[in-house]
Amino acid sequence: MTVLVLAEHDLGRLSAATARIVAAAEKLGPVDLLVAGEGVSAIAAEAAQLAGVEKVLVADSPALASLAPEAVATLLARLAEPYEHIIAAAASTGRDSIPRLAAKLDLMPITDVVAIHGPTRFDRPIYAGNAIETVSSGQAKHLLTIRASAFRPTVLGNSAPIHPVNADVATVAKFIAAHRTESDLPELSTAQIVVAGGVSFGSAENFALVADLAHVLGAAVGATRAAVDAGYAPNDWQVGQTGKIIAPDLYIAIGISGALQHLAGIQGAKKIVAINKDPEAPLMKLADIALVGDLFEVVPQLIAGLKR
Amino acid sequence: MKILVAVKRVVDHAVRVRVRPDGSGVETENVRMSMNPFDKHAVEAAVQLAEAGHATEIVVVSIGQKQSNDVILTALAMGAHRGLLIEADGRVETLAVAKLLEAVVAEEKPDLVLLGKQAVDDDSNQVGQMLAGLLDWPQATFASEIKVLGQGLEVTREVDYGRATVAVPLPAIVTADLRLNTPRNAALPMVMKARSKPLAVRPAADFGVDLTPRLKLEKVSPPPERTAGRRLATTAELVAAINSELAELEAL
Repeated sequence: MTVLVLAEHDLGRLSAATARIVAAAEKLGPVDLLVAGEGVSAIAAEAAQLAGVEKVLVADSPALASLAPEAVATLLARLAEPYEHIIAAAASTGRDSIPRLAAKLDLMPITDVVAIHGPTRFDRPIYAGNAIETVSSGQAKHLLTIRASAFRPTVLGNSAPIHPVNADVATVAKFIAAHRTESDLPELSTAQIVVAGGVSFGSAENFALVADLAHVLGAAVGATRAAVDAGYAPNDWQVGQTGKIIAPDLYIAIGISGALQHLAGIQGAKKIVAINKDPEAPLMKLADIALVGDLFEVVPQLIAGLKR
Repeated sequence: MKILVAVKRVVDHAVRVRVRPDGSGVETENVRMSMNPFDKHAVEAAVQLAEAGHATEIVVVSIGQKQSNDVILTALAMGAHRGLLIEADGRVETLAVAKLLEAVVAEEKPDLVLLGKQAVDDDSNQVGQMLAGLLDWPQATFASEIKVLGQGLEVTREVDYGRATVAVPLPAIVTADLRLNTPRNAALPMVMKARSKPLAVRPAADFGVDLTPRLKLEKVSPPPERTAGRRLATTAELVAAINSELAELEAL
């Protein structure tokens, strides 16, 4: 059975998450990849290159410009009929529209899937990742959001056909403005390397050290909830249960003690490096590599050392 | 406007949960329970709208065992006017929760339904969106700011790229994120007063919603454990260690 996947994209580019969602969905069947938005033909062309994609469906309309959940759910409901699985990334758009769609179709969605054990059996984390539940569904359709960081991306090298679909949708909500965090660093939720800092940096100026190190490594920047609440970092840098869930190959945590809700966001990290003044900090006891030291001494030395 | 706030009683977020050895779930016996933290932000938002003269009545609803009275009382002490407990035993899935809330909306006719963005037990992040879908109302999830503007709301939401502001007409569904406000701790006189506020208890069966789970919960397992690794003594060693990690990544 063919699987319908909603592509993630931003600023005219296909998001890195899409290749991961397609790879996960491919385990369930050939993938029809839906690109919804306004002026998305270049994104559709990118999407057609992903291996595993049978065809790309394009819904192009000004009404889809902000991917409002009412519009996306209406669009997906109209396309849903032939599909047994409808999948989106567990990111803003998918989190917003998949449950809405599920209610409209009288189905229980399964959100935040981290493992697929076959067409009807899935793992998802609960209690901030402190437990994993395995659920199975006997429903006629399966509506999923998938945690992109839990899957390896599919490769390029395809040239799937592109089909326009009816994009006629209406929404009563009105998009007013986007407030973006400008950054030339990789996207946090799918980055291979992440450097993150805690509240012990003491100020937004000092927190720039984290970004400096990230630049040297080509890494994304993360922050703890406390650092975000203190105003040292923007909210979309927050890593943890209520922020971004990440699974980089290398995670470098600087001055982060390791509160439960932060650890929930990094459970998928392959290697953890921790730098902290406090040798007893919980994260120092979980890290693969730990260095006890003052971050204001260690980080500049580290930047200088890695530049060489 | 009239506001309906939905709250859930969950294992306190500061408790380190333990998975039961038989894999049937997480240990909830003799564990501290409290109101889902995101729901507290939703209650606080409702109370602030009332204090600003925008809301005339706040009804708080919870679905669960009779102990869920606790969290309704907490909301009443924070400033909600009236409570409703829908008594249900066992696992009630989000779809059934959304349908029960849909039935409450039909009775109460609120202009705004406020919920937490997700409950910290099953981390589903579904009910607000599902209720909006059932009612065909606009939704503004992950709210970090709510402004009343004419006949509608302007809501700033936390999204992947930062924040986004949307305007929604009423009636609407809004789900609360943690930067929406700082929930108040009710003073003792308010806690005493809460006990005299109306609190109706009705069985779930009253609402004609099928509560049979659609999903089979096969098992609950603990996450893979991490153990401590190497301790380094100098930054030079750390530079070498990170360089060797980078070399490994490049080889992939």
